[in-house]
Amino acid sequence: MTLPPLSPARLAYLNLMREIEDFLHYEAELLDERRFEAWLELLTDDIHYWMPIRKNLAFEDRDHDITAAGDVAWIDDDKTTLSKRVRQILTGIHWAEEPLSRASHLVTNISLFNQATFLADPASAYEDGALLNIKCRFLVHRNRLETETDFLVGRREDTLRRVGGELRIAKRKIIIDQSVLLAKNLTIFI
Amino acid sequence: MQSFKCSAQDLVDFHGGEISRELFVNADIYREEQERVFARAWLYVGHATQVRNPGDFIVSKMGEESVILARDRAGEIHVFLNTCRHRGMKVCRYDEGNTKTFMCPYHGWSYGLDGKLIGVPDYQEAYKPAFDREEWRLVEVAQMAIFRGTIWATWDKSAPSFEEYLGEARFALDHALCPWDGGDGETEVLGSTQRWIIPSNWKIVAENFAGDALHVVSHRSVDLAGIGPSEGEGRRDDPGRLVVAAYPGGHGVMYGVRDATTVPNDYRGSRITAEYFRHCWKKRRARRGPTADIVPLVGTIFPNMSFHGQQPRTILVAHPLGVDRTEMWRIYFTDRGAPAEVKDFLRRYYVRYAGPAGMTEQDDMENWNYATAASRGVIARQYPYHYKAGLGAAKTSDLIPGIITDHPITTEQNPRVLYQRWAEYMDAGSWDHLLGKQSVIR
Ligand code: FES
Ligand SMILES: [Fe+2]
Repeated sequence: MTLPPLSPARLAYLNLMREIEDFLHYEAELLDERRFEAWLELLTDDIHYWMPIRKNLAFEDRDHDITAAGDVAWIDDDKTTLSKRVRQILTGIHWAEEPLSRASHLVTNISLFNQATFLADPASAYEDGALLNIKCRFLVHRNRLETETDFLVGRREDTLRRVGGELRIAKRKIIIDQSVLLAKNLTIFI
Repeated sequence: MQSFKCSAQDLVDFHGGEISRELFVNADIYREEQERVFARAWLYVGHATQVRNPGDFIVSKMGEESVILARDRAGEIHVFLNTCRHRGMKVCRYDEGNTKTFMCPYHGWSYGLDGKLIGVPDYQEAYKPAFDREEWRLVEVAQMAIFRGTIWATWDKSAPSFEEYLGEARFALDHALCPWDGGDGETEVLGSTQRWIIPSNWKIVAENFAGDALHVVSHRSVDLAGIGPSEGEGRRDDPGRLVVAAYPGGHGVMYGVRDATTVPNDYRGSRITAEYFRHCWKKRRARRGPTADIVPLVGTIFPNMSFHGQQPRTILVAHPLGVDRTEMWRIYFTDRGAPAEVKDFLRRYYVRYAGPAGMTEQDDMENWNYATAASRGVIARQYPYHYKAGLGAAKTSDLIPGIITDHPITTEQNPRVLYQRWAEYMDAGSWDHLLGKQSVIR
C-alpha cells in the first residue's frame, strides 16, 4: 500500500499542529498538577484572560449572546490579576481553594483558525511575534472536599504568540455553555 | 408561624444573641417564608437603566418567581409575574430584549407591554360567550417604586410605601446609589448580570452584607494578594472609621466614615479615576456637608437586596431557590457621566472583587456552603448560632440615622436586628401588625 504524498507545506502544518497540541496539553498538565507559578510562565505579560457571560436572547439577537468587550464578564483579567489569583491560592488560607480542588482539564477539537497563512508560508509560524489563532473545546471537571462536583464545558478561543521561539498564550476567551453558572464559584483556571 | 408549631420569636433570641439553625435548614420554615416574607416585603427588581427605551424589558425575579420588568410605549415601567394567564407557560424566556408584545409560545396568547391581553387565537369562534380579556391581563405587582434608578415592587397592597418601608435606611440607600459627587445625576448599570447558584440559605447572604465585620478575617488571603484599586495589600482603599447601623425595618448597613479634612487619595491604580474621584468628592462635600464622608460600604435592605456602596459598587440579590439553594444576581454600576476609562478601570476591579470569580466573594461562598452543610443534621440543628458580639453596645448618633455601634465594630447587631425583623414577618398576620411591631430593636 502506498501512502498519499505529503507536501512540504502539509508536513510543516502537521508539525505545527503537533506543537500546538503539545503546548495546550502541557498547559493543562501544569494546571492539573497545580503548578500555578509555572503556568503563569506560559502567559505573555500582556495577556487578556477573559470569560464573558452567556445570555438567553431572541433569535434575531443570537449573535449577541456572549457579553462583548466592555460589558461585565465572569472574569476579565490581565497578567497582574492572574498572578494575584495564584498568589492568593499559595497563601494556603484561600478557603475556597483550601484544601485544593482536584481538577482535570480536557482540551479537545483543537484547530488552527488562521492555518491558511501558515500553509502558504510555513516559516512565518516560527517568526517572533507570530500569532496563532486557536479554537478548541474544554471540559473541566472539578471535585472538591467530598461530593462537590462541577463540570465546566465550552469553547475556548486562544491566541498563541511566538516569543523567543516558544509558544505563549497572549489571549484567552472562554465561552462557557451555562448562562446561570451552576458552580458556586470559579476558583480554578480554565 | 404555622409550619414549626411555635412562634418564630422562639427561634430568635434577640436579646441573648442566639438564632436557631432551623432558620437555615428547615424546609417547612423556608416554604412559609415565601408567603410571609417574600409575598409581602418590598423586593428589588431591577434598574431603570436596564429598560431605558419603550419596549425594553428584562426578566428578573421576586423571591422564587420569575418576573418581567418592562417599559411600555408610554414610558411607564411595569413588573409582571412571568406566567401566562391561560395555562401557566413562562411567557418570556429571554433574559432581556426589546419587543412590542409578549407572545406566549404555548397557545399563542399575546400581551402588551402594559400587560393587557391583546391577542387570543380563535377569540371570536371559541369563546361563547366571549370572556373579558381585561380580566386576564398579566398579573402585575401591587405596588412599584423607583428609588435613585432602582426599581422595587411588592405583591402586597397593604404594604406601606417604599419610603416608609425603608425608614431611616433611606439615608444609606441614597448615599449608596447616588453618583460620587452626591448630586442628582444618574448612575447606570455597567452591563450584564452575573447569575449563579450557591448551596446555601438566602439569609446567610443577607446577614453577611447587613454588616458582619467579624468575617473580615476570612478574607485575609485576598488582602495578602492585594486586589485593591491602588497598589499594595488589601482589597479596598482605606474606608475610614467603621460604624454599623441597623434599622427597625430589618435593614443593616456598615458605613465607613472618612476623614472629612483630607483630600481623597483613592484609586491610585488609575490616574484618571483618581482625578475624577477627587473632583467628584469635592463637589460631594460642598453639596452634602457633614454627611458627605459617611459612605455605606455594604448593606442589606430587608429581605434580600444587598449592596456594596463604594468599593466595589454593586447590587446583589439573593433569590431563594430552596432551603439550601440560592440564586445570586449581581449587577455593577458606576456614575453614568464617568469617563469611559474610569468605567473600564472600575469594571475590572469590581469583577475581580465580587461575583463567583471575585477573589473576595469566592471565600464567602465556601464558608456559606459548608456552614449550611454542617448545620443540617438532627444533632447540629439543636445548637443555636452565636450572635452575641456587641450586645448592649448600641447607641444613636447625630449624624448617622439608625441604631449604631462603632465600638466594638465587630458587633453582630445588624444580623440580630435582621432576624428579629424576620421573626416579626413570620409571626405577624398583617402589615398593620408588622408596622406596629417595628420598634423594639435595642
Ligand atoms: S399557556 Fe400561554 S397561551 Fe396557553
Ligand atoms: Fe465577605
